[in-house]
Amino acid sequence: MKKVLVAMSGGVDSSVAACLLKEQGYETTGVTLKLFDNEDVGMSCEKSCCSLSDVEDARSVSFRLGIPYYVFDFSGDFRREVIDRFIEDYEDGRTPNPCIDCNRYIKFLKLFQRGREMQQDYVATGHYARVAYDRAAGRYLLKRALDPKKDQSYVLYNLTQEQLAHTLFPLGGMEKSETRAIAERFGLVNAEKRDSQDICFAPDGDYAGFIRRTTGRDYPPGDFVDQQGHVLGQHKGIIRYTIGQRKGLGLALPQPMYVMKKDLAKNQVVLGLDKDLFSRSLDVADFNWIACEVPRQPLRLMVKIRYSQKAYPARVIPTAADRVHVEFEAPQRAITAGQAAVMYDGDIVVGGGTIL
Amino acid sequence: MTAAAWQSYNQGMIYLDNGATTPLSEQARSAMKPYLEDLYGNAMAVYRLGAQSRQAVEEARGKIAAVLGTKPEEVYFTSGGTESDNWAVEIAAAEAGGGHILLSAVEHPAVYNKCMAMKARGFTVELLPVDQEGQVSPEAAAAAIRPDTILLSVMTANNEVGTIQPISAIAAVAARENEKRRQAGTAQRLLLHTDAVQAVGHIPCTAASLGIDMLSASAHKFGGPKGAGFLYIRKGVPVHPLLIGGAQERSMRGGTHNVPGIVGMGAALAEAAAQMDAHMAREKALRDRLIDGLRAAVPGCRINGSLQDRLPGCCHVTMPGVPAESALFRLDRAGICASAGSACEAGAVRPSRTLLAMGQSEEEARCSLRLTLSYRNTEDEIEETVRTLAEIAASIRALQQEGK
Repeated sequence: MKKVLVAMSGGVDSSVAACLLKEQGYETTGVTLKLFDNEDVGMSCEKSCCSLSDVEDARSVSFRLGIPYYVFDFSGDFRREVIDRFIEDYEDGRTPNPCIDCNRYIKFLKLFQRGREMQQDYVATGHYARVAYDRAAGRYLLKRALDPKKDQSYVLYNLTQEQLAHTLFPLGGMEKSETRAIAERFGLVNAEKRDSQDICFAPDGDYAGFIRRTTGRDYPPGDFVDQQGHVLGQHKGIIRYTIGQRKGLGLALPQPMYVMKKDLAKNQVVLGLDKDLFSRSLDVADFNWIACEVPRQPLRLMVKIRYSQKAYPARVIPTAADRVHVEFEAPQRAITAGQAAVMYDGDIVVGGGTIL
Repeated sequence: MTAAAWQSYNQGMIYLDNGATTPLSEQARSAMKPYLEDLYGNAMAVYRLGAQSRQAVEEARGKIAAVLGTKPEEVYFTSGGTESDNWAVEIAAAEAGGGHILLSAVEHPAVYNKCMAMKARGFTVELLPVDQEGQVSPEAAAAAIRPDTILLSVMTANNEVGTIQPISAIAAVAARENEKRRQAGTAQRLLLHTDAVQAVGHIPCTAASLGIDMLSASAHKFGGPKGAGFLYIRKGVPVHPLLIGGAQERSMRGGTHNVPGIVGMGAALAEAAAQMDAHMAREKALRDRLIDGLRAAVPGCRINGSLQDRLPGCCHVTMPGVPAESALFRLDRAGICASAGSACEAGAVRPSRTLLAMGQSEEEARCSLRLTLSYRNTEDEIEETVRTLAEIAASIRALQQEGK
């Protein structure tokens, strides 16, 4: 019997994933990753993905399924690999996606390694994505979930061939409604629980407050300026703003203006009009090719530049082993450094990297 | 699964976590049985059913006092080690109202966290460091005592690495300090408390002869039931209740007596004391077999704690490159129960504070396992454990080489 270690958050998705694996005949072991102490990130215990009640939910689901269950403390790794990077990115003016780092460095690296040490054949998660094997190319492929609304392949583009060969996504072929139906059918306690949306360690969305509390540093106010350098007002610290943002600037302006750029050296936030936010090209670093080796020729692919946005057609030009240049057919709004650019060929994730 | 199904599932299991809890001894079980059945009276009730329970409680107290070499009225029944430890700290605090609390850096959370919580009430709390083997130096303790020190708490034996503390030398330090205070006409005494939860029933513990003021113990660590324990409070130490309620325990600990628990504890301790020499010799032999076996079979492994002054049943080992969580999982799959560090509220294994205090790095602490055996273990079980651990260590290390 093949053995699988399934990461369980206590939520519906990963509970159903565990349930399906058990039904499919895998020798299944449940595990919840303790990623931080709630007190450390200054929040109440009830909100985050590894709060005690969620651990109790995951434990209770495992108990009902009759599978062994463990809690692993990865808080040190999470601090180093996810939170520190998150803070560094914001301090450097980028807008990071910590879920991508968590998948890359925690779930599919640390947990993966732990799974091997535990003699497991696979690591599974409740992500909506699919893994397939392409015989012709001799490669494992990462594909979008069947339900496009639920697809999470965007946050998984860092998976290597070795990881894909030992990864299961039991929900990849399911619709969310199906997942809930299964949860209800099996009487999983949390079938009614709503989806988690935000960054788990800053669930109130106040990531700027989180960064201040964590680093103990002040991010001094500075000027909002227009593209000509005219001062439009005072900003409240550069880490609070992200490219394309309009709400929460606290300015009364004759026309709607948006964050275009952050100038760290001058501690300025540059505002512009909506039309100024559009551009046609971007560069991507730290690129991971999944569907193929580094191609010699430019490719025509669909490129997605943020989690909550569709992919758009573009020419993708490899410029180095782990770098690509992307030319969109139509200009894109608010291309944001630090976010991921993920390239698709139909359902297949060709690869992805971080926008420079 | 039902409890009955689990019982059969566990057949052949090797239990090496006696530091966490022990199975109920035969003597405790049979002593408790009547008090779980027909003799259910409240020990404070006046009719015969009550008096019978009261009699049983007092007999248990007598047995415990005899083992410790104390007077029966110095033994107060509690719900276990944590309550006893908390109570001891409160007794010292209530008498003084403020001051300096000194404890070793390797105390059990029941002492450690309780003392830390006293900071919020205005007490100063200071940790006594330990050496690489986890031992407190009596000289360092003497040097750290201040005129306003109200409590010195040093465990008899450590719950993780099994190091036995030089408790009589520490008691002598406390006695000298109190003599000094007496001559100076200071009313405030220094109270010495020892958490002897890992020691009572396993190694000779004669509180009275050592001059200890308070000593905590827990029944389930020596073959008694869970939920019963006691605090020895030397006569002359002013007692203040922690749990305020009825007139039980000379009005110092409210709450209906846990009669079966207390009876089981008394029987278990009497038995443990009677067999102590034999059990210690057997556990020591098994433990040394385990230590020698691991040293030979797991390259680079290190035994933690003092090799001389250690609990006879305790083996604590660091296997660099072998994360304890992975090793525990594979041991569990192989039917071997062991432990590592301490569990956080969520149940995750945390690196041991004791090992960190002994100078290990967090990484080393994460690669450390505690195997606590008892006289019930067999040579075959020890051999199988050594074999299994050697295999696990080799395979995990090979994976890590591959990963590099």
